[in-house]
Amino acid sequence: MKNMNMLLVGVGGQGTILASKIIAEVAMLEGHDVKMSEIHGMAQRGGSVVTQVRMGEKVYSPLIEEGEADFIVAFEMLEAWRWSHYLTSGGTMVVNEQKIEPMSVLTGQREYPAEILETLAERSAKMYTLDAPALAREVGNLRATNTVLLGALARHMDIPLSTWERAMHNTIPDRFLDLNLRAFAAGYER
Amino acid sequence: MKALLTGNEAVARGAYEFGVSVATAYPGTPSTEILENVAQYPEIRSQWSPNEKVAMEVAIGASVAGARALTAMKHVGVNVAADPLFTASYAGVNGGFLLVSADDPGMHSSQNEQDNRYYAKFAKIPMLEPADSQEAKDFVGLALEVSEQFDVPVMLRMTTRICHSKTLVELMDPQAREVKPYKKDARKYVMMPGNAKVKRVELEKRFAALREYSESTPLNAIEWQDREIGFITSGISYQYVKEAVPQASVLKIGFSWPIPDAKIREFAAGVKQLYVVEETEPYLEEHIQAMGIPVIGKSLFPIAGEMSVSIIRKALGLSVTGPSHPAEDTPVRPPVLCPGCPHRGVFYALNQLRLHVTGDIGCYTLGALPPLNAMDTTICMGASIPMALGFEKANPELAEKTVAVIGDSTFLHSGVTGLMDVVYNHGTSTVLILDNDITAMTGHQENPSTGKTIDRKPAPRVDIPALCAAVGVKRVFTVDPFDMAALRELIKQEVAVREPSVIIAKRPCALIIRHDGTIYRIDHDKCVGCKMCMRVGCPAISHANKKSTINAALCVGCGVCAQVCKFGAILKEEQ
Ligand SMILES: Cc1ncc(C[n+]2csc(CCOP(=O)(O)OP(=O)(O)O)c2C)c(N)n1
Repeated sequence: MKNMNMLLVGVGGQGTILASKIIAEVAMLEGHDVKMSEIHGMAQRGGSVVTQVRMGEKVYSPLIEEGEADFIVAFEMLEAWRWSHYLTSGGTMVVNEQKIEPMSVLTGQREYPAEILETLAERSAKMYTLDAPALAREVGNLRATNTVLLGALARHMDIPLSTWERAMHNTIPDRFLDLNLRAFAAGYER
Repeated sequence: MKALLTGNEAVARGAYEFGVSVATAYPGTPSTEILENVAQYPEIRSQWSPNEKVAMEVAIGASVAGARALTAMKHVGVNVAADPLFTASYAGVNGGFLLVSADDPGMHSSQNEQDNRYYAKFAKIPMLEPADSQEAKDFVGLALEVSEQFDVPVMLRMTTRICHSKTLVELMDPQAREVKPYKKDARKYVMMPGNAKVKRVELEKRFAALREYSESTPLNAIEWQDREIGFITSGISYQYVKEAVPQASVLKIGFSWPIPDAKIREFAAGVKQLYVVEETEPYLEEHIQAMGIPVIGKSLFPIAGEMSVSIIRKALGLSVTGPSHPAEDTPVRPPVLCPGCPHRGVFYALNQLRLHVTGDIGCYTLGALPPLNAMDTTICMGASIPMALGFEKANPELAEKTVAVIGDSTFLHSGVTGLMDVVYNHGTSTVLILDNDITAMTGHQENPSTGKTIDRKPAPRVDIPALCAAVGVKRVFTVDPFDMAALRELIKQEVAVREPSVIIAKRPCALIIRHDGTIYRIDHDKCVGCKMCMRVGCPAISHANKKSTINAALCVGCGVCAQVCKFGAILKEEQ
């Protein structure tokens, strides 16, 4: 198999890191080599965050180059916009329909780009959007937004559901497991 | 069993598996999680020290006393700890001694991009450079062996991508943890000139032996493939090279000081075109050039910033996939002071008072950004107070217009000596200590004034007001930074006074306390759209259609915005 590259992008505090942990666990269970790179330190201060996961037979670089992401999971629309040029032709984008305005937009210096979803949909054949926070609230807790998005991603990946479930068992503390399994299912079935 | 670990987690695991008994650090990205993870192993005595020099010295003491010891710090931390390092190199070790230096190419969260490989050469100590987490763990064990075998401190040089990338690691059972007996040996450990002169000569013998080791260690290995093109590389750059030009021959340098000259000659002779790929400085390249071997390095690959697969391929004239469309001009999203951050009110007041602010390093450095714009200088940890004194010494008129701003952890790290200088040399500086009861910027580590140790057990607290008084400051005040009128008046009063003063703005970081449910909302009938509230730079407040609005999900009810609103439009709402 050719290496598979996945970008998870969002805003500090949105839970991208836990989501990528689950993906990395999935890769391990499937017997792949895997590397995952994250930049933290500033994560809690509401800055842009990106996590990169690469899996395959043998992975050298932990980083994904422009135009080579097979999947982009965007936890926020502006971040989808920022990273969209990393998508490979024929790649899949899963975008949470949520807007978090950065300071320059809040103060009115810059405008939040209009028609992000429309433009991205025109560019990529495989683009899926969902209101993940709403689905998370439906299953019981806003904080499961990240696993809703994973569910949506899983639907478009070629990995058995049972592997995802096992990965969640292995990474999520017991008391939150049930909530997250429901959130995952909500994202998957939507 | 295999586990997916970051480089930092792997170093911690290495400390556990390879018998480290004492581990010390001062936090600093990208190194912080090393000690946080070591602290998970109760077998190892772990601690945050007040600064890197102290951390290094505690570890040196532990090594001399017979334990395997590790100290970890970010690249600039080694500057702070350089003094003990250079002479510990003369004295050598008893138990193995490992310094982990975490560099930050690309400056993801640092004030400079220094390449600490030069420290190994400068201090005459061996250096190992892991290229993934497995190596990070294995090299901890090897480094400790080298340290004990050659009687020398050893440096493990990591970089951000090694520290923060997770790769697969084979876990092993820990070896026995033993502390060797301590034996007094003044000629070895008292580095006065007579003893140091003897050591100075021995250093060169030790260096010769280490050079031989570097030639024979499997850490420096040639991977022969296509001989048209060969790369000499180390650390994360090795991974990029393997992916950029998979068919090329590679000399991977894992033991990078002393550099293995003979191996380099052998490799250079075996390939047609020789390149060296390394992040930031031409450390290997200069050495290879000096050997008289033609090699291409920084004339082709950039000196500033991180390396990548695409950069290498482009430099070599090879194809890259490239962006699927031009990158969008997207509004940047830099980190900001959190909603409810106690630093916000301070910077608002400093901005309003139009003072010069010599700043320091911590979350509060974000006070330099718009809309607060209230910081004039940031150089390194601890520089704020001495620089304010320098302002005043250069131009006495600046004294009444300048304040120094420093956080609690930074004050204890290296601010106290600056304050001493102000008092001693008849300065009149006003110092604001922003005491949020934690080392926030690096992810909330305890420090000597927070009352807890690394494992969150109780510890005595440094009394900061008493410390300032002991240094000789007569005017020491504590104020709640959310009481903006009081804060502003106090700052105004103290900059005008012709003697040193310290104002401690005391309130815990918003992320370490529970939100009591209070929030504020804006009455749109009363809001006139003046945008005063936008000047506090709170991510919970937005402005559109001539009205400001508070995002209830983000507000934690600090009330700073309500205090700046002249129209009484911002109201408290109990939930
Ligand atoms: C010599 C050195 N060591 C470590 C760091 C990393 N660092 C940056 S800010 C900071 C601590 C800031 O804590 P504090 O002064 O309490 O301010 P806060 O972030 O809590 O506002 C650290 C450890 C550094 N920049 N330089």
